[in-house]
Amino acid sequence: MSALLTYVDELLVGLGVPAPLPYVVVTGIKIVVVLLPLILSVAYFTYWERKIIGWIQHRLGPNRVGWNGVLQPFADVIKMLFKEIVVPANSNRFLFLLAPLVSLVTAFSVWAVVPFSETFVIAEIDAGLLYVLALTSLGVYGVIIAGWASNSKYAFLGAMRSAAQIVAYEIAMGFALVGVLMAGGSLKLGDIVLAQQGTSLLSWFFIPLFPLFLVYFISGLAETNRAPFDVAEGESEIVAGFHVEYGGIAFGLFFLAEYANMILITALTVLFFLGGWLSPFAGIAGLEGTWLAQSGFHWLAAKMVFFMFCFLWVRATFPRYRYDQIMRLGWKVFLPITIIWIFVEGVLVALEVGPWAV
Amino acid sequence: MAVVPEIQNFTINFGPQHPAAHGVLRLVLEMDGEVIQSADPHIGLLHRATEKLAETKPFNQSIGYMDRLDYVSMMCNEHGYVLAIEKLLGIEPPERAQYVRVMFDEITRILNHLMWLGTHALDVGAMTVFLYCFREREDLMDCYEAVSGTRMHATYYRPGGVFRDLPERMPKFQPSQYRSEKDLKRLNTARSGSLLDFIEDFTDRFPACVDDYETLLTDNRIWKQRTVNIGVVTPERAKQLGFSGPMLRGSGIIWDLRKMQPYEVYDRMDFDIPIGTNGDCYDRYLVRVEELRQSTRIIKQCVDWLRDNPGPVILDDHKITPPARIEMKDDMESLIHHFKLFTEGYCVPEGEAYAAVEHPKGEFGVYLISDGANKPYRVKIRAPGFAHLASMNEMVVGHMLADVVAVIGTQDIVFGEIDR
Repeated sequence: MSALLTYVDELLVGLGVPAPLPYVVVTGIKIVVVLLPLILSVAYFTYWERKIIGWIQHRLGPNRVGWNGVLQPFADVIKMLFKEIVVPANSNRFLFLLAPLVSLVTAFSVWAVVPFSETFVIAEIDAGLLYVLALTSLGVYGVIIAGWASNSKYAFLGAMRSAAQIVAYEIAMGFALVGVLMAGGSLKLGDIVLAQQGTSLLSWFFIPLFPLFLVYFISGLAETNRAPFDVAEGESEIVAGFHVEYGGIAFGLFFLAEYANMILITALTVLFFLGGWLSPFAGIAGLEGTWLAQSGFHWLAAKMVFFMFCFLWVRATFPRYRYDQIMRLGWKVFLPITIIWIFVEGVLVALEVGPWAV
Repeated sequence: MAVVPEIQNFTINFGPQHPAAHGVLRLVLEMDGEVIQSADPHIGLLHRATEKLAETKPFNQSIGYMDRLDYVSMMCNEHGYVLAIEKLLGIEPPERAQYVRVMFDEITRILNHLMWLGTHALDVGAMTVFLYCFREREDLMDCYEAVSGTRMHATYYRPGGVFRDLPERMPKFQPSQYRSEKDLKRLNTARSGSLLDFIEDFTDRFPACVDDYETLLTDNRIWKQRTVNIGVVTPERAKQLGFSGPMLRGSGIIWDLRKMQPYEVYDRMDFDIPIGTNGDCYDRYLVRVEELRQSTRIIKQCVDWLRDNPGPVILDDHKITPPARIEMKDDMESLIHHFKLFTEGYCVPEGEAYAAVEHPKGEFGVYLISDGANKPYRVKIRAPGFAHLASMNEMVVGHMLADVVAVIGTQDIVFGEIDR
């Protein structure tokens, strides 16, 4: 992949294309290479969600469109594209239509700093971690604007819940990442993964940072408004919450953003705590040279699929928290855990114990 | 001088089109943020004038309306109505019919409680329990179908017994492109024998299913956080509010019509009445889950008795019950009986009667006044859900919006009986 991009770059420079253009073209290709599969995986994530939850719940899931329902996501997209977008009479039309775009744009632009392998990343920003935090926090504005602009009481309640929830969990998440920072010694996502490279999977961060790993993944569930933290759209309470007034592709964009965010959280969990694209079989004798021991995108994808499955598994198993209980969990349980573990980690670093032994 | 804006409560219209409104409940909620200040249930959106309709028809023709009251526990509604008629007529059904009725009352209780458990869990956010419950419900629906020909509105109980004896064969699953040969075989193994075999097989495997539901809920921290200390009703208050059934027992009062004033053959059955201690949603949940197990016990006892004791299931008095089809072919008197019964019906002696059964939701009573005609002069139905819904405000004030949903679930509201 990177060889191809270098080739395109050199070709354009060789043809005498003026300075910023080759870079723009190459980045453009990278964006397409990332976004198209991303949208496709969102589509199939919804399909697998329905299939897997179907199996868990002793039913079949979609099985009519195409072989075993594999064309179902496309049928859904086409349906949503052709549905009318109803803008409520008393809503703020501009904000109402802006909200899904805010959600979608922030959900997609985070992917710019996510490294897919040692060499492939759209933008190598030194402060990548801060960029991730900033954009995931911005995403909540889509939800808040949607709830406000709809001028509906259910949507308003959903937006308020979502705002409070994101603030609470953003902090726990941020503190969990401080731990990662201390361990990785860099804000660059690629460097954080490389810092986990060692003899085997035992050098990955999930072992020394186990509490932070759990807090991060659970906060990720809350951050993406997924069960059991889906109070912002809690179907049985406030019907659909912030997107209750949305229909057609306007709703579709929220949907797309939510699933893109879920995939993002899995990617980040894997990058921060499970060695990203590193192979778990790296140090094992007899496997050297095989694809099993090879680090690369396939390992990143495999680990992500596992966490995506966890998202669905959790959704099928647990009841929904109440709004105040979510707040309590965020502020009174997760926040203290992260702070304590950062302190413990600081002591370990200072004493050069464990993974910090020089 | 700065103008201080007046702070108003947030009024929200919860329902009638709301996924957790269990039909057509309309609740007007006054909220301070998310905290409920008052809840005002509005009823009447499913009113079908059942009581008035019953006054215009011969007694037997209203049995079908009773199915449609609480449409998740059909046969128990019939039971209350049929008992009241029998009380006025002064007749008692044959013993076998009484066992069949008890068995189907308990099947209905399981049907109702499964529906309740599934929707309650779904309201609180656990969607898997819902589908697990419906899987077992399907089997019981098949029992309804086998015995009465229809899956929901059975019209199976008749004054003087039940419509017909239990069938010797169970309907089987047919091959389909979405079901493998192996699946088909597995589904049909329990159905190879009679209805009684099928029900016995069900009672054998059902306790394990209840264990499954309990695994997902009983010790689940989130489930407990959502139900413990939510919608607490003290025993005194529960009595004052006219609660009955699991709502009353959840508050710790030992009251069950099956034990306190046994009807049919409940006095010969061996079963326990579970009661709660705190009167919160979690206790009511435990009570109902235990009732699932107790009902299974009762069904098992009925199956054993019914196997050993064949006999008539309806009285032989053709002034009240229709004669057999075959008799009508060559017996003039039977033909006349049949004609009279299906056009005019039968006349019930003047008087009034109240009959109550322990319905899955509480005390379901029918108060019947007859002026000696072939139609009731007045029918009054005492629906348990009505009294429970009336306590809505009291149960949710001070709780949050999400708890309203849990309380609606725990009250086990069905609008068919509340609006009638």
